[in-house]
Amino acid sequence: MTAITPERVLRIAAPLGVGVLFLFGWHELVTRLAIPPYVLPGPLLVAEALWRDGPSLLGSLLITLRVTLAALAAAVIFGGALAVLLSQSRLLEISVFPYAVILQVTPIVAIAPLIIIWCKDDVFLALLICAWIVAFFPIVANTTLGLNSADRNLVDLFRLYGASRWQTLRYLRMPSALPYFLAGLRISGGLALIGAVVAEFVAGTGGANTGLASRIVESGYRLQIDRQFAALILLAATGIAIFAALSWLSRRLIGHWHESALPRQD
Amino acid sequence: MAEGAGAPIVALSGLRKRFDRGVEALAGIDLAVSSGAFLSVLGPSGCGKSTLLRLIAGLTPPSRGEVRLGDDLWRRIGFVFQEPTLMPWATVWDNVYLPLRLAGHSRAAVAGRIAATLASLGLGEFEQAYPHQLSGGMRMRVSIARALVTEPRLLLLDEPFAALDEFTRFKLNEDLLRLWQQQRWTVIFVTHSVFEAVFLSNRIVLMTPRPGRILADLAIDLPYPRDSALRTAPDYADQCRRLSQRLNEAMA
Repeated sequence: MTAITPERVLRIAAPLGVGVLFLFGWHELVTRLAIPPYVLPGPLLVAEALWRDGPSLLGSLLITLRVTLAALAAAVIFGGALAVLLSQSRLLEISVFPYAVILQVTPIVAIAPLIIIWCKDDVFLALLICAWIVAFFPIVANTTLGLNSADRNLVDLFRLYGASRWQTLRYLRMPSALPYFLAGLRISGGLALIGAVVAEFVAGTGGANTGLASRIVESGYRLQIDRQFAALILLAATGIAIFAALSWLSRRLIGHWHESALPRQD
Repeated sequence: MAEGAGAPIVALSGLRKRFDRGVEALAGIDLAVSSGAFLSVLGPSGCGKSTLLRLIAGLTPPSRGEVRLGDDLWRRIGFVFQEPTLMPWATVWDNVYLPLRLAGHSRAAVAGRIAATLASLGLGEFEQAYPHQLSGGMRMRVSIARALVTEPRLLLLDEPFAALDEFTRFKLNEDLLRLWQQQRWTVIFVTHSVFEAVFLSNRIVLMTPRPGRILADLAIDLPYPRDSALRTAPDYADQCRRLSQRLNEAMA
């Protein structure tokens, strides 16, 4: 149980106050300057659009979310496996790691059209690959760093007791890498969503089952800016939810021992 | 001394260690340690004491010379580092279980042994605690328990108490001596404290730095068992003074 302290009240009240002020200012700006709703709809109109189009937008969100989560899962599996592989051989790490960096620094918008052409029969796969490319790197980079950051003396101790390569990996390197992996995972969660949206943008609208990005583009074409805002709010809320879920997971897994989660003793 | 008879458990001959960056850590060490000895290696920082322990444990190869260990001593070595070096994600119990787990023992098979080891170091109530919940002295006790649980024949300790406050250090000194008298492993104890070395050991090797060399090899003939009363005894003070003088002459 955590007590309700002034600090905690402030932590919720202060950002809430800023939000209310912002919405009020937005409302005033739109009404006083008489800005037409196809340029900037007021907050009330956006709320109305969110209520009206919410169910249909949620359907699209689910499609985007499916791509995001599948990409994140693939990033965890392949990223984690690659990191373990790289940690087993310095030579392998030196030779392969630069290519992971190249994958990371290439803008996804630039390669998404290619991927969509190559996977023209399977849009889901194309979107998945795009989102995966974006989400992959933080997991590989962080996990590799973590696997190589095991306490030197503990590594020596494992050697002294004749630990096998597998035992050292399982009982020392993997637990040492877990906090690093989880930090990478939280970054990748957000990136997977961004990757999925960007890929949907590039893939363009088409068909009945389109993701949230296509709905944003489509609303833009129709000058339904209020709906566009509603979709953006859903997208942001999803991003926050993913981050919160991964933070929760992180606390569950390492909260009982890792420095980052322990209370300060002063 | 009775234990002095028989073949040495550790024999170092012409041992040299030069690191890749050209630093000469040890320049020709000859040393024979008999079974059951409590040997302290005493010297200032940078005299290669830690390197010496790592060479004996086989954690680093010598540049020249030879480390010879007694029969089937290999894998019967316990090592305690300067830091407690515990796994922060594992409980006290799991930390102590580590060497046995690596040797392929199941939890159930060694539960009794672990319980006994923890009890002998006053850790019985803390088996489910995590390292961050313990004080520095308690963590060091866990580290020693982990070294002792394998029933080692040779225990290598690398300034294990250097970071602890004096009260805790004294208590740990006494507990270590008590366990040594019960279990009779051979100890090589690295320290930079004259008082600690005299209190614990029956033999002290003095080392000088840059490059590391053995300056003197002295027997400490204070009788065991030794307890806290010894710290104020005139004999103890005499031995400490004698050793400090040797050390001062060497450093001058």
